[in-house]
Amino acid sequence: MAASLDPGHRLRPLPNCPSGTSLMIRTFAARWLACLALGLLFSLNGAYAQEAPIDPAGPVADLVRQLPDGSYRDRGAVIGELAATGDSALVPLLRTLEAGELFLLTETGAIVTIEPEGDEVVATDVLTGEAIGTFGEDAVEEIRVNNLIRREVRAAVSQLTLMSDSPSVRIAAAREMFNGANADSIPMLDEALAQEDNETVRAVMEEVRAVAVLRSDAGPDETAAAVDTIIERGGRQALGILQASLGSASADVAPAIEAGIARIERNLALWGVGQNIWYGLSLGSVLLLAAIGLAITFGVMGVINMAHGEMVMLGAYTTYVVQEIIRNAAPGLFDYSLAFALPLAFLVTALVGIAIERGVIRFLYGRPLETLLATWGLSLIIQQAVRTIFGASNREVGNPSWMSGAFEVGGLAITNNRLWIIVFSLVVFAVLVFVMKKTALGLHMRAVTQNRRMASSMGIRTPWVDAMTFGLGSGVAGLAGVALSQISNVSPNLGQGYIIDSFMVVVFGGVGNLWGTLVGAFTLGVFNKLLEPHTGAVLAKVLVLVAIILFIQKRPRGLFALKGRAVEA
Amino acid sequence: MISQALLRGLNGKAMWVVALLVAAAILVPASNLLLPAGHPLRVPNYLVPLMGKYLCYAMLALALDLVWGYCGILSLGHGAFFALGGYAMGMYLMRQIGDRGVYGNPDLPDFMVFLNWDALPWYWQGFDMFWFAMLMVMVVPGLLAFVFGWFAFRSRVTGVYLSIITQAMTYALLLAFFRNDMGFGGNNGLTDFKDILGASVQAGGTRAALFAASALMLAAAFVVCSAIVNSKLGKLMIAVRDAESRTRFLGFRPEYVKLFAFVVSAVIAGIAGALYVPQVGIINPGEFAPANSIEVVIWAAVGGRGSLIGPIIGAILVNVMKSYFTVAYPNLWLFALGGMFVFVTLFMPKGIVGFLSGRRWPGRPARTTTDAGLDTAKPSPAE
Repeated sequence: MAASLDPGHRLRPLPNCPSGTSLMIRTFAARWLACLALGLLFSLNGAYAQEAPIDPAGPVADLVRQLPDGSYRDRGAVIGELAATGDSALVPLLRTLEAGELFLLTETGAIVTIEPEGDEVVATDVLTGEAIGTFGEDAVEEIRVNNLIRREVRAAVSQLTLMSDSPSVRIAAAREMFNGANADSIPMLDEALAQEDNETVRAVMEEVRAVAVLRSDAGPDETAAAVDTIIERGGRQALGILQASLGSASADVAPAIEAGIARIERNLALWGVGQNIWYGLSLGSVLLLAAIGLAITFGVMGVINMAHGEMVMLGAYTTYVVQEIIRNAAPGLFDYSLAFALPLAFLVTALVGIAIERGVIRFLYGRPLETLLATWGLSLIIQQAVRTIFGASNREVGNPSWMSGAFEVGGLAITNNRLWIIVFSLVVFAVLVFVMKKTALGLHMRAVTQNRRMASSMGIRTPWVDAMTFGLGSGVAGLAGVALSQISNVSPNLGQGYIIDSFMVVVFGGVGNLWGTLVGAFTLGVFNKLLEPHTGAVLAKVLVLVAIILFIQKRPRGLFALKGRAVEA
Repeated sequence: MISQALLRGLNGKAMWVVALLVAAAILVPASNLLLPAGHPLRVPNYLVPLMGKYLCYAMLALALDLVWGYCGILSLGHGAFFALGGYAMGMYLMRQIGDRGVYGNPDLPDFMVFLNWDALPWYWQGFDMFWFAMLMVMVVPGLLAFVFGWFAFRSRVTGVYLSIITQAMTYALLLAFFRNDMGFGGNNGLTDFKDILGASVQAGGTRAALFAASALMLAAAFVVCSAIVNSKLGKLMIAVRDAESRTRFLGFRPEYVKLFAFVVSAVIAGIAGALYVPQVGIINPGEFAPANSIEVVIWAAVGGRGSLIGPIIGAILVNVMKSYFTVAYPNLWLFALGGMFVFVTLFMPKGIVGFLSGRRWPGRPARTTTDAGLDTAKPSPAE
């Protein structure tokens, strides 16, 4: 135990050691390889990389050969000396040792790793990286490790990686130390800091050093500076470290720590609000996708399409079918499945929409309430048909690899699929605005919205515009379905969950105005998510609904009402 | 004057309906209770509450028809009033369980004991008294309809907008009642009832009495609705339905007319819900589901809206079909229901009654016969 508590022993400054310096030069190329291997090691999160050979005749190799000998304490000292060589090619070897996978070949005294092959084992020399042959199981002896050895190994690995040539390895090593740093780590960190010239790595190391200082019995000034550094860093980890240190802190620094905790908590709360806004934007994008098709049909034709949710559902099922076909026929194309699904979903739902318009709705123009009922009936039929074909249970739709995963920005956790859906909803919105403003179809649609009779008198074929509008609105719903299939369950009831919310968005935003739908969707999404932490999800939704009902009283035509004679009811 | 109005409500056709319902109220319980088991004319035990349930649905459809068929307000939230009446009745029935619940608490219903509540919430006070509960059955839905209607009609929210926000209302209530914190049993609702007015809800006599009560209340509601639509106010309601702006320009206040109809309709729906709950033995938030409310609309539409008898026929017919289909062809029921929505709106806008009578309804020009609930200046069809 004494050895492990003696910092000087473990953390002997290495560049002052002549043999270490010459070794560093000699094995420069090997270290580059090792760094590459290490980068791989970190990216694979603990997977062991192929170790680079160590000069079997050099002093490092001699030290390695001493690993099996003597008491645990002696071997701990050997590990300390290995760390002092500064040869980062040793890192994989040390990790193997820590995992208990390093063996001694008793015959020759070689240090090996083994692969079982039947009753025998294939031994590979860790120093040369070459297989030396097949031996019986008795021929090798495990190099045993206990907690003392493991601690020594971890310290050695930290030290070696902190001195690595690759900044990313150094930064990862420092981050790894963040929670475990203590007084023992300070000299090692000082050493590393003295050599460090990369600002980013320096900053991380300073933070780790601050944690170490905080946990040591350093003087009040130094501790206060350390507390400041940790507060600057912020985040949950820092909060935990400060809270843990509060108990043992002296009276001089305790107020500073408390103030720091309060400040970090305030920061975290701010980030929390930011996170909720992000969730709100994400919900808003989903609402936008679901509602925008509805806004088009409702705006142009005054028709409430209760089967709109089912169009979304059909879009999601189209994605499912496309993915099934790709899985069976060409699994390599899976990442592009959405690229196939989008146009197909648009086509399928647009055709269904046009069929509904031509088959049912056109007989009901001027009777919006009856249209509402008939489309509700259609929605029941479509739902039941899908249930009959695909079954009532949820279908699995996979995320392509580029849509899965997450990353962090400051204190925000952002998942890729949500981000893509926000982008996608904005793209769909932009395309629709373009269609409405710049194309002949859009011009006709706007004309019909504003004054159907006048438009008809001017030679616009209003029935054709109606069919196209309905097709467009339904097609957009299909696109929404593709997006929704990526974040929610695909079941026959998928559309039902969104239909009321979509109506709320359209009614809130105002009819016949795409911008109203955009603002409405994001407002409702953010409002909902900001309420949720305070009230719970269900009550938040209830409050939003009540708020919309009250809002309608104030502005019966929505946020961005069309002005003019056309909307006078 | 009110008795005069009620008498006017009892004209010709209405007389027949009332007589039929009263006869049912007497004959069905009599046949169930007096005839021996196995007698060909005996109404079997299971059928009594089932028929009582249909009558409650009929009452709900009648209530909806009063606002939709006569006032042009397509409410997609009438299920909410029905469920609120049902919850008021359910609360009374819960209080009657007393200490016979699983936890044996004399004051608190089981689910409150389960949630570790130690006292009755204030809004549960008084529901151990039957008269108070019955008052609440009418007051709660009526009040909600009044407040909701006051805001909506005063700001001239009409047409599909109104339909959508009534749907939002029932959806909001659905979500709210799902919460355990609301104190209405959360997801499970109120169930496991024992007594009503001292008689076991399971007993044959009670069921027969509940059936008779449903039939009589339906008859009463029919007379009230009939009286309303045949009065001057009824003419005004039809005027509001067919040409709201014109009615306003003539000096009437359409919002008050609509508000009156809406509140009366909500109260009738509440009573229907209250009768429904002891007969099915449970009330849960599912009754608030928007889909339920839309289904009520199809009952009225199938039977024929704008005639008081239509919704009653429609509700009974559709629900008998539903009972049959869901047992015989469970997968086909939604196709049938959906098909009904489409068929009726496309080919039978006046419903069965309008189809059978085959003549124009009095007081409505032919052109707008099917335009109930429409504002006059909506974009006209692409002829």
